[in-house]
Amino acid sequence: MGCEMKSDQPEDLDVVLTSMWPEDMNEAGRQFNVERPGGDQDMLEEVTINKEPNIVDFQRLMELTNYSDKGNWQLAKLVKNWEFKQANVVRLLREELDQLSKQQQEVELKKLEILEEHRFEKDGYGGDKRHISILDENLRYLYQDAPKRRKDDVVSQGEIVAIDAEYDSVVYWKQRAMHLEKLLEASLQREQVLVEKLQESIDSLERQSTPVEELSQVLKRADNFLHFVLQNAPVVIGHQDKDMRYRFIFNHFPSLGEQDIIGKTDVEIFTGAGVKESQDFKREVLERGLPAKREITFETELFGSKTFLIYVEPVFSKAGETIGVNYMGMEVTDQVRKREKMAKLREEIAVQKAKETELNKTIHITEETMRAKQMLATMSHEIRSPLSGVVSMTEILATTNLDKEQRQLLKVMLSSGDLVLQLINDILDLSKVESGVMKLEAAKFRPREVVKHVLQTAAASLQKLLTLEGHVAEDVPIEVIGDVLRIRQILTNLISNAIKFTHEGKVGINLYVVPEPSDVNEQGSEKKSRDQSSLSANTNGNGHADNSPSCEESELNSTSCDQNGDQMDQDKESRTKAEERVVWIRCDVYDTGIGIPEHAMSTLFKKYMQVGADTARKYGGTGLGLAICKQLVELMGGYLTVSSVEQHGSTFTFVLPYKVSSASDSDDTDELSDTDQLGDDGYDDDLNSGVFLFPPRTLGTLFSSQINGRIPKLLPNSYGNNCIGLLDSPLPCINKEGISEEGSDSSGGAMETASSVPDIDNIRPVAQKEQETASECSSTNRTGVEKSETKQHKILLVEDNKINIMVAKSMTKQLGYAIDVVSNGAEAVKAVQRSSYHLILMDVCMPVMDGLQATRLIRSFEETGSWDEAVKAGVEMEATSHQSCSTSQVEETRKRVPIVAMTANTVSESADECYANGMDSFVSKPITLQSLKQCLQRYLV
Amino acid sequence: MLGLSLDQLRTDMNRLLAILFHQGVLDEQFLQLQQLQDESSPNFVSEVVNIYFHESEKLLRNLRALLYLPISLSLLLYLINEVKMSDVLCRVDRELCDYKKMEIQLNQLMGSSSSIGAQRLRNVCIAFRAASNHNNRPGCLRALELLEYEYCYLKNKLHELFQIEQQRMLAAAVRYPAPHQHLNNPQA
Repeated sequence: MGCEMKSDQPEDLDVVLTSMWPEDMNEAGRQFNVERPGGDQDMLEEVTINKEPNIVDFQRLMELTNYSDKGNWQLAKLVKNWEFKQANVVRLLREELDQLSKQQQEVELKKLEILEEHRFEKDGYGGDKRHISILDENLRYLYQDAPKRRKDDVVSQGEIVAIDAEYDSVVYWKQRAMHLEKLLEASLQREQVLVEKLQESIDSLERQSTPVEELSQVLKRADNFLHFVLQNAPVVIGHQDKDMRYRFIFNHFPSLGEQDIIGKTDVEIFTGAGVKESQDFKREVLERGLPAKREITFETELFGSKTFLIYVEPVFSKAGETIGVNYMGMEVTDQVRKREKMAKLREEIAVQKAKETELNKTIHITEETMRAKQMLATMSHEIRSPLSGVVSMTEILATTNLDKEQRQLLKVMLSSGDLVLQLINDILDLSKVESGVMKLEAAKFRPREVVKHVLQTAAASLQKLLTLEGHVAEDVPIEVIGDVLRIRQILTNLISNAIKFTHEGKVGINLYVVPEPSDVNEQGSEKKSRDQSSLSANTNGNGHADNSPSCEESELNSTSCDQNGDQMDQDKESRTKAEERVVWIRCDVYDTGIGIPEHAMSTLFKKYMQVGADTARKYGGTGLGLAICKQLVELMGGYLTVSSVEQHGSTFTFVLPYKVSSASDSDDTDELSDTDQLGDDGYDDDLNSGVFLFPPRTLGTLFSSQINGRIPKLLPNSYGNNCIGLLDSPLPCINKEGISEEGSDSSGGAMETASSVPDIDNIRPVAQKEQETASECSSTNRTGVEKSETKQHKILLVEDNKINIMVAKSMTKQLGYAIDVVSNGAEAVKAVQRSSYHLILMDVCMPVMDGLQATRLIRSFEETGSWDEAVKAGVEMEATSHQSCSTSQVEETRKRVPIVAMTANTVSESADECYANGMDSFVSKPITLQSLKQCLQRYLV
Repeated sequence: MLGLSLDQLRTDMNRLLAILFHQGVLDEQFLQLQQLQDESSPNFVSEVVNIYFHESEKLLRNLRALLYLPISLSLLLYLINEVKMSDVLCRVDRELCDYKKMEIQLNQLMGSSSSIGAQRLRNVCIAFRAASNHNNRPGCLRALELLEYEYCYLKNKLHELFQIEQQRMLAAAVRYPAPHQHLNNPQA
């Protein structure tokens, strides 16, 4: 039953409203705060109110008004309103009536006055008064019954009364009669008018609407406004009974017909997320009897995903029972979306901020680390040069005749020196790679030779019973282009690592061509996977390397068989690569060692990390090797991975791209860095051989050659000509890998001298010469003493600064004196003990013993004649000369020797102190010829 | 080079010396040194100065090491995971800088610098020593930088001087059969 409202209604409504809406109704009493429209303006005139989408169950409404308190109250309000209006109308009417009756009274009063006048006339004329009065009385009665009369009527009547005929004449009576007749006529006329008016009034009364009509008008009006307000609001208003069945619903965008909604519950109408929730919510409100709000997101087929803010209030019956709920929903999807967006943004901001602080922290740490690293690199460099000097000197020393203990000590020295050198080299390498300074070289080299040399080197320094093996697949090009030094460094590092952690079994290298990896990073990400099978699938049986060494022979054969089988494919691939001139070669370094526990895999390639503290203690090393390898490999565009089974072994694999030299077929070997160390005859055999085997050696020969091996191993003929087999003498590890780059300058230089001269004894003079230059001071001292013997005046200069010595010597020489020079206080005391001087020039600030103490000791000797003080002070006195001095030269030596201090005018060298310690004078440094001359003249002439 | 006149070379040398004196790089002590040069030791100045350079380089190296070695050693410790970074930085300032040893080196350098008349170097040494007396590591670092700079400057300038002198001696040898009289004193 759609309640229809015509759009032309407002005109009527206006009329009704102006009359029906009482202006003095109190504000509180107004149910609808509707503005009173002006006379000719109607707000709703231009508004088209569409067909109402609300659907009402009227029977239910009736019930509601009958049973629910609220409905009752609303109805009562309406009735009261109507009654009030009626009372108002009655009051108005009554007022009008009062006015009318007042007018009537006035008219009567006038009339009476007129009649009085007439009676007076009559009295004046005699007898007939009564007649007239009767008439008058009649008239009066007539007037009294007559309806209200206008004032102006009365006035006009008053004027007419004047009769100009003679009293009591016929004419007079006639006139009087006519006059009366006129009056009567007017009276009748008035009566007629009144009747008409009455009729009119009755009509209008009839036209006035009944209470019901009026109420419905008000309602309609309110309804209209409501619709006007609600017409575009995304609002749904409804009423549901206590079974949650819809009894009324207003929905501006109805998508369902009336019959689909009325009498049904939410659940029956829609399906989807949120429906059940809203129904439960309504039920909850119904049960609790308290209004509530909630936001519910619907996800229904009917209208998609929308969020509604729902307000539900319970409706009570007169008995106070809940009989249903009013429900109002507003779509807030956009708002919710915005809110969520805001929340998300806020969250993001918070995250951003957290990240920022984290980043700042990291930056701070990184800066600190960078600073540290840089310093470390600088320092490493500066430590390295002297250290390599120490190491190479030690090496030279090792070639001299030493007893067993010395040799032992030297061995320790060498190994620790090597260790520190290695550490520093590693640090330098690492900081180079990290700072991007590391430059890669591109040079032709032969992978087979590199493998062989690395194995040879490893075998040379091997101190365990291990088998070293190498296998290079046939499809690996003979020559490739790459940075051979770095590749060797990686290989050596991995091999030495493998050897370090392997106690028995074997260590080996496998080299073969692989197709270009699809994505280097992707490959790299699985580096920590222990999935042996995935690796061994590629490695052509290499994975079995972890097995016992007994099956090694057959395995090698089968490997080569496999290799042949795969040859076709790989050949094809390598050929296509050859066209691009890039070949990817995979290198596996495997061992049968202790393996790597799974938990350590993640930190394996980190700097300064070893598997555990125990490992570090047991095996030593800096933990830099693998980090460097990884960085180098990545620098070269490849990747390094590892797989391992604990207690069975590990396999380190790196895959690198190499350019293939286009001229690889030619025999141009000039650029090969590796071959120049080889004999020419060995090279041809090497070229295509891909298998190298170094079986374990007896420990005896190894250890015996350990120390001496450092020099002879450099001899060129120490390299075996055959590529398979045991090396006659061990290879140098220090020259090739131990010291790289700059570090090799000094040590390498030293070793070169050693190796170029086969006779070890010839080295000694070199070392001696070094020593001589180093201790120049002492040698000049010796010669100085010799010279001074021939001069008359003996002057002793005690000075530690070489320059000062030189200058002072030159000056005294120019002045015609020769001097003895010693470099500290203690030596000065000894010199004074040995021979007597005429003058001592004493520096104050010196190492070992300063000038003040030396002066004190000398003065003490002069006073007591014994050197006890000096001995007490820790100066080693020469017993014999002490004897001779004290006996034969007593008088001479006991003479007070003038001691002149040489001060640099610093706080610690005050003149007072000099005098207090027994000095005679002082010259300030730097000494000038003039001051020295004065001084010498003063004491020596 | 031989074409240059003897006078020209002498003027050059004197001008260079004048500049160095004017800048305060050298002082009168250097003249003292030159006075010591005679027939018996014709290369005395350059010998002394060369030894001075040799010694000073060693001293500078030592100073640098004394300032940096503690930190690099503790860094090594840090890298081998034995000390925390913050500890390293703390220790460097508090404990590990051997200011006493530094002072000895500085005294040496100061002594020899004043002996050859390297005034500016000496002054920097004094500042350096003051900084090390106050255990002021940043001050020491700054002073070391300055010291190295001054040292390099002095070395370059003196090398230049000796080079000119050498040329002069050569020229003198070519022009005159007996060059001794000109070698007595370059200032003359």
